[in-house]
Amino acid sequence: MTMVSNHPDATMAPTRFPLVDDDAAHHRFRVHRDTMTSPEIFREEAERIFSHSWLYVGHASEVAAPGDYVRRPVGGRPVFMVRGAKSGNVHVFHNTCTHRGAVVCRHKSGNAKVFQCFYHAWTFDSDGRLTGVPDRDAYGAKLDFSQLGLRPVARMENYRGFVFASFDENVTDLVTYLAGAREYLDLVIDSGDGEMEIVKGTNEYCIGANWKLLAENSIDGYHAISTHDTYFKYLVALGTNLKGGVQGTARDLGNGHAVLEYAAPWGRPIAKWEPLFGKYGPERASRMADVNRNLLIYPNLVVNDIMAITVRTFMPSAPDRMDVTAWEMAPRDELPALRQRRLDSFLTFLGPAGFATPDDLEALESCQQGFSSGGVEWNDISRGMDRVPQANDEAQMRTFWRQWQRQMGDAAYKEVR
Amino acid sequence: MISAAHTAAAAETMPAGEPDGGSCATSLHLGSVTRAQIEDFLYREARLLDDWDLDTWLTLWAEEGTRYVVPCNDDPDGDPARDLVLIDDDQLRMRLRVERLNSRKAHREYPHSRTNHQVSNVVVGTAEGSGADTELPVTAAFTVWRFRNGKASYYVGRYHYRFIAVGGELRIRSKRSVLDMTELRPAGDLAIIL
Repeated sequence: MTMVSNHPDATMAPTRFPLVDDDAAHHRFRVHRDTMTSPEIFREEAERIFSHSWLYVGHASEVAAPGDYVRRPVGGRPVFMVRGAKSGNVHVFHNTCTHRGAVVCRHKSGNAKVFQCFYHAWTFDSDGRLTGVPDRDAYGAKLDFSQLGLRPVARMENYRGFVFASFDENVTDLVTYLAGAREYLDLVIDSGDGEMEIVKGTNEYCIGANWKLLAENSIDGYHAISTHDTYFKYLVALGTNLKGGVQGTARDLGNGHAVLEYAAPWGRPIAKWEPLFGKYGPERASRMADVNRNLLIYPNLVVNDIMAITVRTFMPSAPDRMDVTAWEMAPRDELPALRQRRLDSFLTFLGPAGFATPDDLEALESCQQGFSSGGVEWNDISRGMDRVPQANDEAQMRTFWRQWQRQMGDAAYKEVR
Repeated sequence: MISAAHTAAAAETMPAGEPDGGSCATSLHLGSVTRAQIEDFLYREARLLDDWDLDTWLTLWAEEGTRYVVPCNDDPDGDPARDLVLIDDDQLRMRLRVERLNSRKAHREYPHSRTNHQVSNVVVGTAEGSGADTELPVTAAFTVWRFRNGKASYYVGRYHYRFIAVGGELRIRSKRSVLDMTELRPAGDLAIIL
């Protein structure tokens, strides 16, 4: 068998090997490129990862008033988030009529007293109760209509405005799941004195690349200088002093979450005076004001608090394609001059028409094309394995991949045939 | 002397024997600009963008108070001072965008896409204001095709221009490209100029 004799461990002849090769003894961490290209892996991820994790739905500020709603694809499924007019609570419902299936929330966003299915006109209130059925007399007296309200997702939790859903009713509670990432969400939220909002206007773009490439890219300090030369030139043209560069560290936050914390030459639109310093003390306040954070909440939420704050989620539609949705987060009631600065910072770096993000798309699609060339089986993610992780190392990506491997279980292996 | 050079460059590309084109080079009254004149201008702009002659494209713009805006797909009325938009370029940022696209470091556009900017449904509005501050609003439909690396993508929407007259010539004061696509996804990103 030539396959066996080609293998370096021919005498051992393993029949399967892990797709994530974590070899600390040799300072080597490798990820097999099948993870990025295999249709089978893509199908397994839908079940093992996206059906059993906490997934970001939206921010409570997007449904501030009773009856406000937004429609969202979450984990590839159409759901909608709505603030109940009677209860005042935020709900996340499967967007399907309990009668025969049509979607009941047909606008992208808005405000509604009721959601009426246009097909047979069953009507639900904003808390999900079935309140109207035409020709109710045609149904038998014993049919329990109270069981036919809109179906909420299996689990929904709201962490200080960040609304998450899970399709697994047995998933651990959100705060436990967030682990060390909670501290970083708090830093972002507290920097706006607890009152953050999503700015109007959504970036909905797509990338012809595997979704995990964007998880890596969103927390990749190593590529900044080489890929984003034109952005740094733009900063220089604005009068920015690039001296000092990008300096910082990476942290494993548990459960696959990771963060980069670093100083960078760009400005941050945060007022460095009261009330931040008075309320949180100089140490925590300067951490909020001066330090950049690239936070990955496993599997597919990125909160980058850099020259502006982006909340970004992404979902694969094929092994080599993902849909990206990104919002800008800002303190509510921000001073107009600061808001303008923040908007400028966002669209020039983070936006899909800016001076940087299009080049990230090019890099990710270029990787995906490179994979199809074959010949090279593994990606190398070993940078910084033998030192305290720096912001431009790859420890944070290893954190992601180790969790991916755990969650994928026996699907994270390649058979040797 | 820059404006004189622009005038000469613009005159050279005017179609020969075009009566409106001939007369507007010396005196231009925004109140009597014809649709044909505007169309000539827009076709020339489209051609400059398709030819990646972005330095010349910059000369089509007024020298002060210019704005090139593309709102987010889900917020076509977005106000750049308050809402997130895709592009909000003043003169400086437009020039830096051109420098970026002319360099070899705009990786998404190196090598450049082949594009085809198609302009139609041109509607010339009524001139507003008086004297040197007179502005002429114009709307037009656009379809921009972008081909690169075996991939085809498109942008469909409507232009909202405001023109001014400078030294007897039309100049763009502001341009707002509003996308009709409900999401940017069919195009991926927006690294080109619409």
